[in-house]
Amino acid sequence: MALLRNGRLADDPWIQISGESPVPEGEPVILDYERWLEEKDRLDGRNAPLGVRLASDQPPSLIADDLARFSLVALEFPKFADGRAYSYARLLRERLGFAGELRAVGNVLRDQFVFMERCGFDALEVHGGDPEAAYAAAKGEITHQYQPTGD
Amino acid sequence: MYQYRDIDRDFVRQRVEQFRDQVRRRLDGDLSEDEFKPLRLMNGVYLQLHAYMLRVAIPYGTLSSDQMRRLAHIARRYDKGFGHFTTRQNVQFNWPKLIDIPDILGELADVDMHAIQTSGNCIRNVTADHFAGVAADEVDDPRIYGEIIRQWSTLHPEFTFLPRKFKIAVTGSPADRAATRFHDIGLILRKGGESGDRIGFEVVVGGGQGRTPMVAKTIRDFVPEQDMLSYLEAILRVYNMLGRRDNKYKARIKILLHETGVEKFTQLVEDEWRHIKDGPLVLPVDTVAAIRADFALPPYQDAAAASDGFEPARVANPDFDLWVTRNVHAHKQPGYAIATVSLKPVGGIPGDATAEQMDAVADLADRFSLGEIRVSHEQNLVFAHVRRADLFALWQALQAIGLATANEGLVSDIIACPGLDYCALANARSIPVSQRISSLFDDMRKQHDIGELKIKISGCINACGHHHVGHIGILGVDRRGTENYQITLGGDAGPDANIGTIIGPGFDDDGVVAAVKTLIHRYLDIRDDGERFIDTFRRAGVRPFKEAVYGSA
Ligand code: HEM
Ligand code: SF4
Repeated sequence: MALLRNGRLADDPWIQISGESPVPEGEPVILDYERWLEEKDRLDGRNAPLGVRLASDQPPSLIADDLARFSLVALEFPKFADGRAYSYARLLRERLGFAGELRAVGNVLRDQFVFMERCGFDALEVHGGDPEAAYAAAKGEITHQYQPTGD
Repeated sequence: MYQYRDIDRDFVRQRVEQFRDQVRRRLDGDLSEDEFKPLRLMNGVYLQLHAYMLRVAIPYGTLSSDQMRRLAHIARRYDKGFGHFTTRQNVQFNWPKLIDIPDILGELADVDMHAIQTSGNCIRNVTADHFAGVAADEVDDPRIYGEIIRQWSTLHPEFTFLPRKFKIAVTGSPADRAATRFHDIGLILRKGGESGDRIGFEVVVGGGQGRTPMVAKTIRDFVPEQDMLSYLEAILRVYNMLGRRDNKYKARIKILLHETGVEKFTQLVEDEWRHIKDGPLVLPVDTVAAIRADFALPPYQDAAAASDGFEPARVANPDFDLWVTRNVHAHKQPGYAIATVSLKPVGGIPGDATAEQMDAVADLADRFSLGEIRVSHEQNLVFAHVRRADLFALWQALQAIGLATANEGLVSDIIACPGLDYCALANARSIPVSQRISSLFDDMRKQHDIGELKIKISGCINACGHHHVGHIGILGVDRRGTENYQITLGGDAGPDANIGTIIGPGFDDDGVVAAVKTLIHRYLDIRDDGERFIDTFRRAGVRPFKEAVYGSA
């Protein structure tokens, strides 16, 4: 797995916390939504960046009130054909004004890169091949856009 | 008609090359069939019983004679010499090779055509009234808005992986020749607003056929023109987030609307709309004006010159008169007429056209209809700008190529899906049944005496043949491994939208043909003066028809 940020391979300092594993001090962590709910009070005042990961049936309205506390929101594509997170991304950027990292995770395929980016994702968790080349190729394929989004 | 701008042309070209690369990656094994599937579907490529099928868009049903010639060329060069005009203003080629498809798309791009979003879980190509722009009864030309929707929905980044396919139809006329109430969204043009003279739309949502047929519900009486796209975007966003993804049979917006309730659904849309209504999707007046200019009426002659000799020809030639009665319609412009070219020769395959016929139709369009052709959702072609003085010559020319059948809206103007002859999902054959029914009344005068009667046949519950909205609908079902046919009565796709009701147990193929004959005879026996089949059914109910077919209980 690799991370593309704005089309470039990038280091990923974020630690994804799975299951019940402890939240390390002083490191940027991504919690899933349930874990966030459990821990949100305890994490108040923690001195490191915080991210949250939403499943495809968890709309951003769930975290709207806490959005200022997150530096990163990760939205899941459990399979590429599940397109809910495209709407979630636009709502986060255009409605809720989220300015941190918006990351696509899960079944993220090259033929969807451009759609994701246009909906506001700036980071993509990708698999296999040469992601920078794939990204460059995908960007070059279609250069005209027919509709305004937040981009 | 809409003139491609440079950006449209570049876009379609780029799209062809993108798909060429995707096909290459598929053939190289870089893409699995699963990953390739949504990509090919977005480009109109289906996998059928025997081969790939390519579905080409005819946006809002209008094409030029050169485009028609290109379709003929493709039919000849890459297919078996014919194409199939569908119920959604598309044309399908049933035998292309996957490796040829990028070249076919390239040939289409040469004439400003494409196959984008003709399948897949995206916003499909928009359909419109086939008499758009010229119908005497219309409020405004729906193609202007069809084109704007085409642009907005093309590769819409948010709405390309919807729960299910999504179909939008626009009509400019209260007669609703676009079956808007059987679409995911129907837009019905009307005048309204405070002054009562602004252009806008009644918005209906959640219609559809398939295994759960539903008539669309009105969720807003009037959306002004400038807000059309933001309102559509609000509906699509609600659907994209809340539409069911756990069961593909419950994934259409009609199910969401049904399960949420119209009121609550409407509220969700309105809440969403409130946020985006005054944003970047507001339609600029000059954008609409520029597209409207593309659809401006062509230069017409004055009425007297255009009508010369028409009435005498009618009187002198009863067969011509018969054709005029059924296939010719009122035009906005005095002296002009709209003529339907029936693709339903008695005993033929509904919607099929050979390459030779397509070329001939293109030539006739140049001679008689300012080089333009329409495709109707009833699988016929339309010449929209014919001088009344030319109708006789047009009719004679159509006769010479077997396309002058005077049967529009009659018993032999049947819609039928491909059925078991071509389709992997079919329970039963549709085409042979349609051929036999249309042959029941091979005397044209008898058909005219029977009058308007819409028979629609589907080979399975997916309802591609629209049986739910047939005055007489026929559905192929599987009965212990044999082909069986169920009959419904009383469906209607127009403004009195209705879903037909099943009249009783099904029949085998001989039985269903006989039953249709019996139903028609019963209608002839009990009809009042001037009543169409559907009127008699509405007045008398199902009983007399049931008794005729099954005997009285
Ligand atoms: C032979 C290949 C074909 C296959 C495998 C096929 C398959 C399907 C399926 C599975 C559906 C149901 C989708 C749903 O309910 O969501 C459907 C619906 C439909 N198909 Fe086809 N079809 C074929 C050919 C055609 C043709 C030739 C036409 C036009 C004449 C057509 C027109 C339609 C229409 C209008 C619907 C109804 C959409 C609605 O629910 O509103 N199909 N088709
Ligand atoms: S209705 Fe059924 S049989 Fe007919 S084309 Fe559609 S899927 Fe095939």
